[in-house]
Amino acid sequence: MKCRTCGAKAAVNMRQHKLALCKEHFLDWLPNQTARFIKKYRMFGPDEKILVAVSGGKDSLSLWDILHRLGYNADGLYLGLGIDEGIAYSNESRRLTEQFARQHKLKLHIVDIQAEYGHSIPVLAALTHRGQNRPCSVCGVAKRHEMNRIARDLGYDVLATGHNLDDEAAVLFGNTLSWQADFLLRQGPVLPEHDGLARKVKPLCRFYEKEMAAYALLRGIEYMYEECPFSTGSTSIYYKELLNRLEADRPGAKLAFYLKFLEARASGQLFIQPEDAPQAMYHCPSCGQPTQYEGKCSFCRIIEKVQTEP
Amino acid sequence: MTVKLVLRGKEYEVKPGMTLLDSLKKINVLSESVIAVRDGEMILDDEILQDGDVVKLVAVISGGAS
Repeated sequence: MKCRTCGAKAAVNMRQHKLALCKEHFLDWLPNQTARFIKKYRMFGPDEKILVAVSGGKDSLSLWDILHRLGYNADGLYLGLGIDEGIAYSNESRRLTEQFARQHKLKLHIVDIQAEYGHSIPVLAALTHRGQNRPCSVCGVAKRHEMNRIARDLGYDVLATGHNLDDEAAVLFGNTLSWQADFLLRQGPVLPEHDGLARKVKPLCRFYEKEMAAYALLRGIEYMYEECPFSTGSTSIYYKELLNRLEADRPGAKLAFYLKFLEARASGQLFIQPEDAPQAMYHCPSCGQPTQYEGKCSFCRIIEKVQTEP
Repeated sequence: MTVKLVLRGKEYEVKPGMTLLDSLKKINVLSESVIAVRDGEMILDDEILQDGDVVKLVAVISGGAS
């Protein structure tokens, strides 16, 4: 297979775009497309301060790399979750993130959950009996809370995450299976700032996971190859595999699923108009962050429970 | 006379002369889920695998419940 641009041997073939590219032209194409999506979805402007949530994985490190290459003012935020499970998962992901920041001379903020709140994520999950022996639910709550807190406290204009199209399609698939109308109406490339929630953007939301892995490999980015030990057998991975089976038979099916959803949502054909959807109306009396329900937010309830346990 | 495919430390053997895509089908791995690397270079689905080739398959799916 040949590169469409120069005719050299192709390194990446994107069947959904009927586009094959060599290493050099793929490494140009992907940041250019990212810049196009940032503009198209009005994610942020050239002078805004961006906080990139980096985990040490291929997507977030690649996003940071791309934003840096595009000339944006993007700092990193690494959250130490305290996951070990015999493979020193968090230590290794932190090492890779710090290494990337050092190599590219980028500013990295590190927040360690255990140092900040007294317990690691797995211990918080065990003490609060949340998530049926998996810490993923507590991890999600803590990450969202802390990312928002740091973005707000340090005066960033926008919080960028490395969600790719497979991530977005899997979430969409799950929410569609259960017709979670409120979740469906909140999903998109940009979640606007409101009520103390920082603006959140997903500049990689139109790239397949395979393309992001190809980008990281071709750029020589050393990323955390090992999966989070708690993600084995997770629903999101199962949905991704299902969608990839569909994609194998119908190239472009994943992309169309997501893009048609965005179109339907924007056109108002999907349930109710986003502006009519219920917004977060309450503020947590403990941390001040917005929450869907009256009283303390989920994260502060976790911390409160842990602190009051004998 | 074999081609070796390596995914997450596990080795699979297939016959030479097949394309990468057909080889992946033989071992029940979706092309969408992996990147194939031979001698440090990424190869595509239509590549014919030769006797003695060792192809490293890099899993691309990640994520948890959050």
